[in-house]
Amino acid sequence: MMDAMFPAAASEHAGEIDNMIDAVHYLMLVLFIVWGAFFLYTLMRFRAARNPKADYVGVKSKASTVGEVLVAIAEGVLLLGFSIPMWAERVDEIPSEADSTVVRVVAQQFAWNVWYPGADGVFGEADPYLTDEATNPIGLDRDGAGADDIWTVNQLHLPVDKAAIIHLTSKDVIHSFNLPNMRIKQDAIPGLSIPVWFVPTKTTVQIREETGNPDYVYEIACAQLCGNSHYSMRGFLTVHTEEEFQAWLDEEASYLGDSGTDDFFN
Amino acid sequence: MAEPVQASPAHEEHHHEQSFWRKFIFSTDHKVIGVQYSVTGLAFLFFGFCLMMIMRWQLAYPGEPIPLIGSLLGENRAPGGIMLPDFYNELGAMHGTIMVFLGVVPLAVGGFGNFVMPLQLGAPDMAFPRINMISYWCLFLGGVTMFASFFLPNGAAGNGWTSYSPLADIALNGQTAWLIGMIFLITSSLLGAVNFITTAVQLRAPGLTWMRLPFFCWAQIVTAFLLLLAFPPLEAAGVLQLMDRVAATSFFLPDGLVVGGEVLEVSGGGSPLLWQHLFWFLAHPEVYVLILPAMGIVAEVIANNSRKPLWGYRSMVYSLIFLGFMSFIVWAHHMFITGMGSVMSTFFQTTTMIISIPSVIILSALFISLWGGSIRYNTPMLFALGFLPMFGIGGLTGLPLGLSAADIPLHDTYYVIGHFHYVVAPGTLFALFAGVYYWFPKVTGRKMNEFLGKLHFWPSLVFMNGVFFPMMIQGLNGVSRRLADGGITYDFAGEVAGLNRMMSVSAWCLAVAQIPFIINFFMSIRNGEKAGRNPWNSTTLEWLAPSPAPHGNFDQAIEVTRGPYEYSVPGSDKDYAPQAEPAST
Ligand code: HEM
Ligand SMILES: [Cu+2]
Ligand SMILES: [Cu+2]
Repeated sequence: MMDAMFPAAASEHAGEIDNMIDAVHYLMLVLFIVWGAFFLYTLMRFRAARNPKADYVGVKSKASTVGEVLVAIAEGVLLLGFSIPMWAERVDEIPSEADSTVVRVVAQQFAWNVWYPGADGVFGEADPYLTDEATNPIGLDRDGAGADDIWTVNQLHLPVDKAAIIHLTSKDVIHSFNLPNMRIKQDAIPGLSIPVWFVPTKTTVQIREETGNPDYVYEIACAQLCGNSHYSMRGFLTVHTEEEFQAWLDEEASYLGDSGTDDFFN
Repeated sequence: MAEPVQASPAHEEHHHEQSFWRKFIFSTDHKVIGVQYSVTGLAFLFFGFCLMMIMRWQLAYPGEPIPLIGSLLGENRAPGGIMLPDFYNELGAMHGTIMVFLGVVPLAVGGFGNFVMPLQLGAPDMAFPRINMISYWCLFLGGVTMFASFFLPNGAAGNGWTSYSPLADIALNGQTAWLIGMIFLITSSLLGAVNFITTAVQLRAPGLTWMRLPFFCWAQIVTAFLLLLAFPPLEAAGVLQLMDRVAATSFFLPDGLVVGGEVLEVSGGGSPLLWQHLFWFLAHPEVYVLILPAMGIVAEVIANNSRKPLWGYRSMVYSLIFLGFMSFIVWAHHMFITGMGSVMSTFFQTTTMIISIPSVIILSALFISLWGGSIRYNTPMLFALGFLPMFGIGGLTGLPLGLSAADIPLHDTYYVIGHFHYVVAPGTLFALFAGVYYWFPKVTGRKMNEFLGKLHFWPSLVFMNGVFFPMMIQGLNGVSRRLADGGITYDFAGEVAGLNRMMSVSAWCLAVAQIPFIINFFMSIRNGEKAGRNPWNSTTLEWLAPSPAPHGNFDQAIEVTRGPYEYSVPGSDKDYAPQAEPAST
C-alpha cells in the first residue's frame, strides 16, 4: 500500500519491515473507517432535530467489547508474530564476524568517520589524546594493529550480498546512524559501542538502474539532534560488487604510505 | 468524609473585604488561581505557536529572509533576516517546552483543574489554598525564566525539549536557564498535585461517592498522581544535569569525549542513557498528563450535549486508573533505537500494546455515548466531537511507533511529530477549547458567541489537518525531525520537501482562524449573552453555584443524591436531573 512513500528498499530485511508497517496501517485504516462510519452515522441520526428525546440507556449490545478484543488480538499478532522476532533477528542474531564485513563508525559533530581494520583484519587501538581533527579524527594509534587501518570521512563502502556489521560509537554527543534505504537506524552513543548489522542486496549501480536516476545515492542521515549542523550531517554509502569492494580497499590502502589521510571522495 | 461547606477557613475569609492584591494577584481563591493559570496557559500557547510560525517560514523557505519580523530578530539569531540553525534549534526546543510545560499543563491542570474540580466536588475551595497560590507563582517564575532565556547572550536552550546529554551538558546556549526554569515548573506541578489529591479525597460534598464523581474529576485525580510520582525523577535529573554544567560533575558524561578536536577535561564515568531513562520516566506519563484532562473535558461536554449518561462510566473510570498505572512502565518505548536488547524491547513493546487497550475502551465509550442521544451542536460540542477522530488518528499512529521493528524507519522522523501533534493539537487543544467555551459562563456569567465559535472551529479543523497530516507522509519518506532546513540537504527528504510549504501556509491560516476566538473571548467578557447558574441544563455540581461563583462558591448546602450524568431519565419531564437539587425547588 505504502511502498510508494518509503525510500527504495535495498537490504535483506527491508521487505519484512515494510510489510509490517503496511499491515499496521491496514489495521489503522480499518479501525478508523469503522469508528468514522459509526461516528458520522450517529451524528446525523441522533441530532436533536431528528431525535428530540434521548434514550437513557443507549447501546445495549456488547459489540464494542468484541471489537476491543479483536483489536487486542490484532496487536498481539503484530507483537508476537512480527515485531518481537524481527527485533530478535536484528539484535540477537548477529552473524559471525568471519563471514561479514566489519566496520566501525565513529560519529562526531558533524561527520561520520568510517574505520576499516585493513589487511590484517584487526582494528588498531584508539586514544582520544591522539585525536587531530584534520589528520586523525578517530585518534588511531598507527603503532601495532592500527598500522594498516583505513578510515574515511562520510564515505561508507560495502560489498553487496554480504552481511555488514557496523560497530557504532560517538566521540562527542549522541547521533543517530540512519540508512533509510537499508531500514537501519541506530543511535551512536559516546561511551558505548553498539553493533548494527544488515545485508545490502543492491549495488549502487543496480539501484540507479532500478530507480532510473543516474545520480541516485544511498545516504547516511543523522537522526538525532546533535548541534547546530545536525541538519547537514550527511554521509554516503556505496554498495559494490565483491571485486569492486576489494579494489576500493586496495586503492585506499595504497594511499596509506603518503600522509596518513585518505579523505577522498569517490 | 467532607464537612459541610461552612466549616472551611476559606469561607470565613470572604466576610471581610480584601485588598485588590489579595483578591486578584496573590489570591488563595481556587477560581482566581484557576483563571490566572488559564490566562497564563493561553498566553504561552499563543507564544509557543508564534515561535512555531517563525520556524515554519524557515522550513518552507529555507535560507530566505523572514518577512516582516526578520530584521527584528537580531544579528546573532537571524543575520539579514535569515534564520541561523542555532536559532532554529532554540525555537524548536522552546516551542516544545513551552507548549507542554507552560501551555497545555497550566491550562488543562492548573486552569481547568483548579477552577472546575472544587466546584464539581461541591467544595468551597482547594484543601490548601496557600499552597495553591504558591504553586501558581512557581509556575510564573518558571515561565519568566524560560521567556527571559531568549535574551541571554547565547540565546535560549536549543537541545530539544528532551535535552539529551551530553549535548545538553556541553551546549553553550541557555540550557542552564532551561534547567532552572524546569525546576520551578516541576515544583509548581508537585505542589499542585498534592493539593488536587487531598482536595478530592477530603472535600467531596456529602453523598458524592467515588462512583458519583464526574469523569473530569477522575481524570484530574489520576493526572495528579502521575505528576506527583513521575516528576521527582526528572527534578532530580535536572539538578544532576545542572551540576554537570555548573559544577563540573559527570553524571551524564562518559570518559574520553572529544569535542571539536579537544579532549573534554571532565572526570567522566557517567552515562548519557541515564538521562534518557530519567527523562522519559517523567515524559511518558507527561503525555497522559496532557491527554487525560482533555478526555475529562470531552466526557463532560459530550454527556451534556448528547443529553444522555456516559456509556460505560464505570469501565471508563477503571480504564483511566489502569492507564495511569501502565503509563509508568512504558517509558523506554521512546528508546528502542538506543541499542536495546530483546528482553527490554519485548517488555516495553508489550506494555505499550497493553496500554493502548484502555485508551481504546475510553475512546469507544465516548463514541458509543453518542448513540441514542439528542445531540446539540453548540460550539463546545463541536470541539469535543472534533477531538474524537483527531485523537483517534493520534492514537492509531502510535501503534507502529510502539512496535520496535516498525519503529526503526519511523523513529525520530516527522511521523513521530505528526503522531503526537494529532494527540496534543487537534486532540488536546480542541478539548481545551471545548472547555473554555463550556465553562466560560461559570467564570464570567456570560456565554461566548456561537457564531464566532463556529467560525473558530471549522477553519481550525481544516488547517490543523493541513499542518499535521502531511507530516505523516514526510515521516514515511524518512524525513528526520529537527532539521533546520526542512530536509533539503538529503535527496530522499527533498522529494517531499514541497509539502513544507503547504504545511506552513496551513499553520499561518490556523493562526488567522484563532482571531474569532480572541475577539469572542474578550468581547464576551463584557457583552456576551447573560448566563444563569446553569446555562447548559447540566447535572454536575458546578452549575449549582451562581455564575460567576462568589468566594466560597456555593450559597446553599449540598447533598448529592445521584450520579453525575442523569440526563433524560425515563419518566421525568425534565431532561436532566442535577446531582444535588437546587435549593429553590
Ligand atoms: C497547533 C499548532 C502547532 C504547530 C503548527 C506545531 C508544529 C510543530 C513542528 C513543525 C514541530 C517539529 C519541529 C522540528 O522537528 O524541527 C514541532 C515540535 C514539537 N511540538 Fe509542536 N506544534 C503545535 C502545537 C504543539 C502543542 C500544542 C504541543 C504540546 C502540547 C506541541 C509540542 C511539541 C513538541 C514537544 C515538539 C518537539 C520539540 C523538539 O523537537 O524538541 N506542539 N511542533
Ligand atoms: Cu549528528
Ligand atoms: Cu511514551
